[in-house]
Amino acid sequence: MDLAYTAEEEAFRDRLRTWLAEVLPKLPPKPVATDWPGRRAYDAAWQRMLYDAGYAGLHWPADAGGRGATPTQHLIFLEESEKAGAPYVGANFVGLLHAGPTIAAEGTPAQRARWLPPILRGDEIWCQGFSEPDAGSDLAALRTRAVRDGDDYVVTGSKIWTSHAEVADWCELLVRTDPEAPRHRGISWLAMPMDAPGVTVRPLRTLAGSTEFAELFLDEVRVPAGNRVGAEHDGWRVTMVTLSFERGTAFVGEVVACRRVLGELARTARANGRWDDAVLRRRLGRLNAEFAALWRLTQWNVSEAMGVPPGHGGPPARAKPSVGEDSRPRGRSGGVPGTGGSVFKLRYSHARQELYDAAAEVLGGQALDAAHPWVADRLSALAYTIAAGTSQIQRNIVAERILGLPKGR
Amino acid sequence: MDFQLTDDQRALRDGTRELLAGRFGRDRLRAAVDDPAPDRGLWRELATAGFFALRLPEADGGVGLGLPEAVLVFEEVGRALLPGPLVAGQLLAGAVDGVATGERIVALCDGGADPVLWEHPDHCDVLIFVEGGAPERDGAVYRSAPAEVARAPFASVDPLTPLVRVTGRPRTTPLPGADASRLRREAALLTAAEQLGSAGRTVETAVGYARQRTQFGAPIGSFQAVKHLCAGMLVRAELARAAVYAAAVTGDALDIAGAKLLADEAAVGNARDCLQVHGGMGFTWEADVHLHLKRAWLRAERWGGAREAEERLAQALAG
Repeated sequence: MDLAYTAEEEAFRDRLRTWLAEVLPKLPPKPVATDWPGRRAYDAAWQRMLYDAGYAGLHWPADAGGRGATPTQHLIFLEESEKAGAPYVGANFVGLLHAGPTIAAEGTPAQRARWLPPILRGDEIWCQGFSEPDAGSDLAALRTRAVRDGDDYVVTGSKIWTSHAEVADWCELLVRTDPEAPRHRGISWLAMPMDAPGVTVRPLRTLAGSTEFAELFLDEVRVPAGNRVGAEHDGWRVTMVTLSFERGTAFVGEVVACRRVLGELARTARANGRWDDAVLRRRLGRLNAEFAALWRLTQWNVSEAMGVPPGHGGPPARAKPSVGEDSRPRGRSGGVPGTGGSVFKLRYSHARQELYDAAAEVLGGQALDAAHPWVADRLSALAYTIAAGTSQIQRNIVAERILGLPKGR
Repeated sequence: MDFQLTDDQRALRDGTRELLAGRFGRDRLRAAVDDPAPDRGLWRELATAGFFALRLPEADGGVGLGLPEAVLVFEEVGRALLPGPLVAGQLLAGAVDGVATGERIVALCDGGADPVLWEHPDHCDVLIFVEGGAPERDGAVYRSAPAEVARAPFASVDPLTPLVRVTGRPRTTPLPGADASRLRREAALLTAAEQLGSAGRTVETAVGYARQRTQFGAPIGSFQAVKHLCAGMLVRAELARAAVYAAAVTGDALDIAGAKLLADEAAVGNARDCLQVHGGMGFTWEADVHLHLKRAWLRAERWGGAREAEERLAQALAG
């Protein structure tokens, strides 16, 4: 057990810090949340800066155009970026964290050459077409159909909760190619151009007031069969590869940000007199312990990932751990891939909501001002226990895959 | 950064678990409920295995390991619910003669607590008091002969930990070389490690029961309501684990306060949920669940409770 970074890792951190201090002042002004073209341009500009400096796709394997950085270097990158106030991955999220790594792992050489470089340069934006109105957390219940017609698939159906659809060039789309097969089989993974005829994007307004995602209507959209990544009907397995990239380090920067916000809450409470409220003070103290522990859990998960070959989301699945001996998720010594991410996500998503509830307590009546950044964050935090698998689904994953409890209702 | 157990650390943990499973199994645990006096034979056996001298330098006959290893060992102690002033033994080996070899049993008393409680008063040979309440403040450390300490009866909530309330100490001598704030810090950390072990054990107990117990024609573990209780237990234990292990590596007072807070919550919360999963069976004296819960309550009050930890962690934020 060792929390010290190596000299090489510290040198990487120093170079990164120097670079961030130099380039961040050159960023254009941050666009408002409703200005989607502006947001795309801003996120793309940041991605281009990363690319030019050699930080794009830091954690991608080198043969996919990335830097082949270790998970620890990636952790340092996310930590320092947040500390320096660098932009979030934003509209590049799906490309860099979902579609790109999936294509890198499962795509043909031609597919990798076509799609990976524009993602790394920030030239092309991707969105995710997984969720459907009648199949949210029950992803395998998706019904969007793709019928083979010559060299094309003809796709009909609809998707929902599609972030960045308004500005995306490509959609990683899950479609049902064999309606007769059991529901986890007969699904395929397609790269769909968003400007194809028959694609309609209808922005959805969230409870936070902005349009963070959209509904997608697909009416006989023709997608070349060559855009299928992985084998036909094998999309579920490909998707599991995608989702394994979502876990692990996806929330690293956010934990750093939450710890910073917590300090701001304490200082604000001192200034406005609410610090005298022992109940509130103790809540903030407890959250301090919680976010510190979430950071340590991140370091634990990253260290665990260091023990597995690069380019994959987790170690190969082995026999379920026998509860009664050791119930904890393990990577290097056997266990279930990605489940440490479920443990983290469960606690983090609730802690984030508690943080902004505490912020409202600190703000008092000011918490009714929707223009206050903490209020906007309080509203958006409500998505965290739903997005990327609801807390209920995560608990099922923990109970069944880590603890080995029987499947059921 | 490699925040994972080394092979040696895993071996130490597994070895300790085997030793305790062999020497303090369920029959022994239930016998201890009726007579919680520390088993002196087991004490010497633990000493032979290096339990008390774990962190003494090899030149002094110790094992030469560090706080992380001590934490792993105490996690196992917590899993097994082993009774006795073990934290005191680990902290005072080398400072009090005969402790490292298991010949003498030493107890450690927090003079800043209210009330001042003394564990296993009838079964220890030496009593050490740590004065003062403020965690960072240097306080005096005194040594007393148990017979000379005035006491009042105290009905311990934990059947495995007899307690008395200390009412007076007529004759005490300073313990040379003792560092009060370090003793407090490390006592809190090792207690947190015990809580972590207990929290892990109750997850396993709950899961084992949920798999085997059937109701409405199915194992209760197939019901989502039960599953979600169990998943919540694992999450609590894993968050506490990250905090406790990290605090063992840094040794930092604030890290330890946070780790103790989360480990206390995990041990108490998991014991409660384990009891709930056991249903009516869980409310009986025969089930072991209540022993975990009561010990967890007791440990949660030792070496800094939630109020103190939360206040300290809050002050650190505003600094």
